[in-house]
Amino acid sequence: MSATPDEPRLLDAGEAALVVEFGSTVDPAISDRVLALDDALGADPPEGLRERVPTYRSLMLHYDPLVLDRAALVERVRALAAGTTERTANTTLWTLPCCYAAPHGEDISQVAERTGLSPDAVVATHAGATYRVYMYGFAPGFAYLGGLPEVLAVPRRASPRPPHPANAVVIGGGLAAVATVPMPTGWYVIGATPARLYAPERDRSFFVGAGDLIRFEPVDAATFDALSAREAAGEPVARRWESRT
Amino acid sequence: MTALVIAAAGPGITLQDSGRNGYLRYGITAAGPMDPLLHATANRAAGNALDATAIEISTGGVTLSAEGGAIGLALIAPGFRVALDGAALPDRTAVTLEAGRTLVVRAGDAGSWGYCAVSGRIAVAPVLGSTATHTRSGLGGLDGRGLSAGDRLPVDETRSGDVAPQRLVMPWLDRDPRVIRVVLGPQDDYFAADQIDAFLAGPWTISPRGDRMACFLDGTPLTHAKGHDIVSDGVAMGAIQVPGNGLPIVLMADRQSTGGYPKIATVIGPDLGRLAQVRGGARIAFRQVTVAEAVAARRAERDVLHEPVAREPVVRTDFASDFLLGLNLVGGVADGRA
Repeated sequence: MSATPDEPRLLDAGEAALVVEFGSTVDPAISDRVLALDDALGADPPEGLRERVPTYRSLMLHYDPLVLDRAALVERVRALAAGTTERTANTTLWTLPCCYAAPHGEDISQVAERTGLSPDAVVATHAGATYRVYMYGFAPGFAYLGGLPEVLAVPRRASPRPPHPANAVVIGGGLAAVATVPMPTGWYVIGATPARLYAPERDRSFFVGAGDLIRFEPVDAATFDALSAREAAGEPVARRWESRT
Repeated sequence: MTALVIAAAGPGITLQDSGRNGYLRYGITAAGPMDPLLHATANRAAGNALDATAIEISTGGVTLSAEGGAIGLALIAPGFRVALDGAALPDRTAVTLEAGRTLVVRAGDAGSWGYCAVSGRIAVAPVLGSTATHTRSGLGGLDGRGLSAGDRLPVDETRSGDVAPQRLVMPWLDRDPRVIRVVLGPQDDYFAADQIDAFLAGPWTISPRGDRMACFLDGTPLTHAKGHDIVSDGVAMGAIQVPGNGLPIVLMADRQSTGGYPKIATVIGPDLGRLAQVRGGARIAFRQVTVAEAVAARRAERDVLHEPVAREPVVRTDFASDFLLGLNLVGGVADGRA
């Protein structure tokens, strides 16, 4: 099980899951390798592979060991990881409208206080960056985003604040996220998007994948309301751009 | 339309199929039964597909009646107390619930989870491909919530069986819950060898504060060799994470899809249900097995589900007065596995 830097560590999580670990830190290069293997396995999944869960640094493979033998899975993973270092899928960029104004950007003044920036500068800095979806986790559709400018890297709260509404745009601990379901949070709520990244009743319940890029486009509260109405009527308000890298 | 009526329900009664698969990568919990073997067994006894929707019964207890027609039921609730119109039935029973009759299931001397499958189909709409209820995210089952008094579950494709109750004979349900088998990892390298030994030696006491999300263990705290924070990675059902206080937590059916604590070991699939059945206050020990041994245990469990289910006529026996008196208290029983 000794691993060279180029070879992922393979860690058993019981007899029905295998963790393919490419590193132990949050790093776009590690994430690229995770997502490249995810793409490769997704393009031609071995029978018995039940779920692929990409995270910052690893790909968890849930499998049925009575259908897919561990040794066969390991061999497949090793071969693909050695031959696949770049993502084969196109890079997808989403532009999500985001209202930072009241009542949505509830915690902007607190972020301004903690960073020493003006509230307007907080908005301009957040909206000026391009984010990568590293992974989903924690709650349905909760998307962890990397790419937050260093100046906005405030630690998360020691104890959670009261629940935020659905589709809150949040920052904390050096990361950004879109929090799709209302819940108490240790993150700072700086805005909201009318785009619903998660809608269980929709044909495509999720449209943003791990590895996709996201930019936020500031809109005022009236526009937010209008876009929310369009989204509720089934007209997606997120805009999609695609390019081959 | 034929419907199964929830006449009374304690907390923690939910509809579960075998789980919501395919969406872990989007943060969607699989949910599904706490005791997969019992769930599959109940469906088998009812003549259904093993992964069909059934009622998961907690120690909160449930009272059922039928409306619009008779409904064949298979009830597998080892350790629970079961009665039809006041007459005690075995805790593994096939029974036809005729309109106007009442089946009561309450916590007994042992067991945390039981399953009631209908001969037919509980007609609730799947969400993201599954009817499994995950109450924390409000998905599946009946409006994403637990069942409560007054709920009506429409039943399609009902098949009638014998009217007289039958005892279901399934020796494979007599499992030893005291030793839970684990595979070490995925983060066992976050613990020194003596801490791995201490983890395996135990003993550990099941805390009463467990639920469908996690089983908490009390005992001598473990220490970490490399800190207790890791960058989040995936979480399997049965993953045993060790947070900063050193007390292990076994992540169960309603777990989150990813997590940021080191996981010292993982409970093997066939032992998840055994662990789930252990009540708060009871002691367990862990035993390390290899992946190959765990797969062999899984294969044995799958094979057993294809063995015939023997049925015996029920002879009316125990009518202890305290039992009869207790029957209509079901709605007020407190939650928990204690």
